[in-house]
Amino acid sequence: MNTKISFQGVSKTFELKGGRFLALDRVDLDIADREFVTVVGPSGCGKSTLMGMAAGLVEPGTGRILLDGAPVTGPGPDRGVIFQQYALFPWLTVRKNVEFGLRLQPISAEERHRRAQHAIDLVGLTDFADALPKTLSGGMKQRCAIARAYAVGPQVLLMDEPFGALDALTRVQLQDQLLDTWSRERRTVMFITHDVDEAVYLANRVVVMAARPGRIHRIIDVDLPYPRTEEVRLSPEFSRIRNEVWHSVYHQAPAA
Amino acid sequence: MTAVSVTDPPPSPGRRLRRPGRTLVLNVVAVLAGLGAWTALSMSGITGLTGPVEVAARGVELVADGTLTNDMLASLRRVFTGFALGTLLAIPVGFLMGWYATARALIEPYVQFFRTIPPLAIIPLAILLMGIGETPKVFVIFLAAFLSSVVSTFQGVLDVDKTLINAARVLGASDRTIFLKVVVPASTPFIIVGMRIGLGAAWGTLVAAELIAAQEGLGYRMQQAQLYYDLPTIFVGLISIGVLGLIMDRLLLLAERRFTGWQERR
Ligand SMILES: Nc1ncnc2c1ncn2[C@@H]1O[C@H](COP(=O)(O)OP(=O)(O)O)[C@@H](O)[C@H]1O
Ligand SMILES: [Mg+2]
Repeated sequence: MNTKISFQGVSKTFELKGGRFLALDRVDLDIADREFVTVVGPSGCGKSTLMGMAAGLVEPGTGRILLDGAPVTGPGPDRGVIFQQYALFPWLTVRKNVEFGLRLQPISAEERHRRAQHAIDLVGLTDFADALPKTLSGGMKQRCAIARAYAVGPQVLLMDEPFGALDALTRVQLQDQLLDTWSRERRTVMFITHDVDEAVYLANRVVVMAARPGRIHRIIDVDLPYPRTEEVRLSPEFSRIRNEVWHSVYHQAPAA
Repeated sequence: MTAVSVTDPPPSPGRRLRRPGRTLVLNVVAVLAGLGAWTALSMSGITGLTGPVEVAARGVELVADGTLTNDMLASLRRVFTGFALGTLLAIPVGFLMGWYATARALIEPYVQFFRTIPPLAIIPLAILLMGIGETPKVFVIFLAAFLSSVVSTFQGVLDVDKTLINAARVLGASDRTIFLKVVVPASTPFIIVGMRIGLGAAWGTLVAAELIAAQEGLGYRMQQAQLYYDLPTIFVGLISIGVLGLIMDRLLLLAERRFTGWQERR
């Protein structure tokens, strides 16, 4: 399997008034092409910082982050980012939001419309294409954000607690929709969550992080078949893995 | 994804239902009550206050001989020139200050300092430097409009949601695109609020500006009326200033609705 993103000995310190704070300590992680990796861990363990560096939004620390073997130097349309706060442009309709990134590419107007429509259909917002974000529910907003990221054809999706602000029911629906989208057009996904069920349900592998300093605690394989269905969610195998992840998130030995 | 049922409905529209009819009735009642109180007060003979009827009669007179229209046009011309120049300059300067920390550090001391000086206090200086023509009047209004809208614009740029900027950046937007396609639209509500404050400031400075040896204008007319103890004309002037100010503010409010209707209100 080809490695898509590779974190090699990545550390990050923040300079604070009271001194320096080690947010990430020598993180090594390889994510394979088209793999779905979820990252869980206690609040403040550096999940967002790790992803932010891969996105090119957080100043790099020490170590290397490689995308297809080349160091990440800044943000780019090869990596789509989904934020918890949706980050839709409120003055643009769903369609215009989705077209935002496409407009920055050297493609014709027809091509842009076609690709935007495709992404909108993909997330099931066809009937809301010309609605403003303020008229959408949280779940629909996040689907619009996913469409916007998908439209520019990134090879990697970086998602930082994208469903964290949604109610439990909507969250489960969006998980299914995301997997459905992902299985149709497979991308490499790095998905941060604080929800253990979500982490296991979505992933090929669950990365469990620990705090102070932020580091990788364990990586747990999820040997469950896709498509994941309710049957999978309720299976004993799922519970076994879920318990294992739960245990390593909530019963971490303190750092040596 | 269409295969999966989509059950989350859009949120319900406004939770508080407005009843425009009732509000309007209350508005009219309030105005009529005010007029009634004014009439009663003037008839009770306190300090020779004129009543609405006299004022209305004077208003008709002043309209008939063209004075009021002339004065209004003269005042409006000054306000608009000063206001237009003020906001036209305030918007780019505000963006500059919000976007470049260096520009902010260089400009902000001046803005904050001049903001503390009432425009009225600038008048003696303006007369000495610019003579007694239109220039000092327009300048003072310009200054008032500029200072109030520049602060609001640059605050608007500073307050642009950083995740929106990041969202644009990860889609491949350059700084230029981010500025034009994210920062400018995101700060429009602030700019329009700034324009409304600026217009209020400009209008408010008008009477003071027209102290400067004007030959016409609502402020000038009221100054003249004061010399002759002509209360009805003063009232006509005050009411005209109020009504024109209200109309201009409503127009900007319409622009605000038109350009910032996308905002989520809570
Ligand atoms: N820009 C920053 N400056 C200083 N400290 C930061 C900054 N960003 C994050 N941190 C700190 O680094 C740690 C990890 O943050 P974050 O990556 O957001 O954690 P997580 O997403 O896992 O909750 C936290 O303790 C946070 O306070
Ligand atoms: Mg986080």
